[in-house]
Amino acid sequence: MAAVEIDVNYVAHLARLSLTPEETQRVSTQLGNILAFIDKLSEVDVSKVEPTAHAVPLVNVTRPDVVTGSLPTAEALRNAPTKANGLFVVPKIVE
Amino acid sequence: MEYEAVIGLETHVQLKTLSKMWCGCANEFGAEPNTNVCPICLGMPGVLPVANEEALRLTALTGLLLNGRITPFAKFDRKNYFYPDASKNYQVTQYDQPSTLGGFVEFELNGGMGRVEITRAHLEEDVGKSTHFDRFSGVDFNRAGVPLLEIVSEPVITSPDMAYEYLNALKEILVYGGISDCDMEKGMVRCDVNISVRPVGQKELGAKIEIKNMNSFSGVRHALEYEIPRQIGVVSKGGKLSQETRRWDDVTGMTETMRSKEQAHDYRYFPEPDLMPFVPDEPYIASIKACVVELPLARKQRFMRDYQLPASDAQTFVWDVPLGGYFESAAKASKSPKAVANWVINNLRARLTETKTTLAEIKFPPAALAELIDLVDSGKISSRIAQDVFAEMFNTGEAPAVIVQKKGLLQVSDTGAIEKFCDEAIAANPKSAEDFRAGKVAALNFLKGQVMKLSKGKANTNLIGEILEKKLKA
Repeated sequence: MAAVEIDVNYVAHLARLSLTPEETQRVSTQLGNILAFIDKLSEVDVSKVEPTAHAVPLVNVTRPDVVTGSLPTAEALRNAPTKANGLFVVPKIVE
Repeated sequence: MEYEAVIGLETHVQLKTLSKMWCGCANEFGAEPNTNVCPICLGMPGVLPVANEEALRLTALTGLLLNGRITPFAKFDRKNYFYPDASKNYQVTQYDQPSTLGGFVEFELNGGMGRVEITRAHLEEDVGKSTHFDRFSGVDFNRAGVPLLEIVSEPVITSPDMAYEYLNALKEILVYGGISDCDMEKGMVRCDVNISVRPVGQKELGAKIEIKNMNSFSGVRHALEYEIPRQIGVVSKGGKLSQETRRWDDVTGMTETMRSKEQAHDYRYFPEPDLMPFVPDEPYIASIKACVVELPLARKQRFMRDYQLPASDAQTFVWDVPLGGYFESAAKASKSPKAVANWVINNLRARLTETKTTLAEIKFPPAALAELIDLVDSGKISSRIAQDVFAEMFNTGEAPAVIVQKKGLLQVSDTGAIEKFCDEAIAANPKSAEDFRAGKVAALNFLKGQVMKLSKGKANTNLIGEILEKKLKA
């Protein structure tokens, strides 16, 4: 099976990863192998199988609209690298 | 060459639920930062979101209120992007199989009717709120995961006014249906505007410009009033527009580029593996249908048609639904619905406010109001006395006929008696009589008042006028 060509730099940008040229080369090979492996699925005859977004035969899993409580703020912020006044502090957002 | 604008709106509305979309945190505005958060809405690894059934119900109901349909199979998808206000680095939304499809909104526009077709209304989640400081931004995730409905219109809007009226009509429907409080001040409604221009008669659309995150309807109108001439200006001078996202600046009253197509997002939608599809059955859809209320515009038109009310009265009963219900009960028992509307709007509503009484606490039945109006229309009591009877009804709940009888308030239409009062009034006010004869018409009103006073408010107004004039001109 021919390896699928992927634009590693583009995918890396989408994932906000910065890769060295060596890493790009290595990841490119790895991703190619993964895709080739997944491609084996195309050998299976699925002409009689309904396409589905989920493998589990479950629908309508819901919860009642009830407030069950939240985390204490200190607990919610515990893993934040920086916090102030109850807020998660992040680099300035400019767009 | 003449150009036309093609506008489509994506309107985001926070649903009126108690809890968030996937977790039991409160859906509440104005709480202290990061107090309504939990591992699920903070996007911690290993958590399992579960859909809020009320949010699904409100979404389906919206579909019907907008004259659309509930789809037999809906699913959720992940829309992937990085932004500090998105805790999970994706937003859960409905991409290709939304909960509702189709529909339209009708509204009054420039004295006629306008109509905007709806593409879909789908369910998604709100993101956190960022506050910007000098060198940093702070994020509050209280809003993250609040159920958000996105209502997408077809690109059929042609003017800023049409966009404005559509948005107002949409808001009114959503408030009416109990879908959302639509409080703009609290950011419960936000709008993305898609706009392009093309030469009149051309089929293909021009380059699509998106204006993101508008938080007021007048802002949308102003942005369009700026953006349409701007685009036409570029194109008509031979320039070329390319697809981009722009930002509206309320202060400068201008739009500016945010990002161009080259920097466009690649969201890589895929089915949300943690959430199961939603497949409503017949009884469910029937239960939603049972919740469909009469839409505001339909109600206004019905009140104008069935009761011959002026638009302003009808609108009052659209805004105040219980008062409209009360009016209908009384009007059904009356031959003069317009008079009933006057009494309900001018007298009853004022008394209710003054005395802090609710409609349910009113002591007399709605039909009694119709009876009171009947007494005036048939000439049994004067409209002046009707006010007293009404006050008495309101205080005691007694039937108007009983009050009239008990207090001897029947209108005096006996010409002899009224003539006597007229003679007395003229004799007591020779100056006014003189004035009237000299051509001062207003003097007659003063004399009429005097006669009414002498009759203790019971004399027939029309007869007073007739008799006085006859006597003074004699």
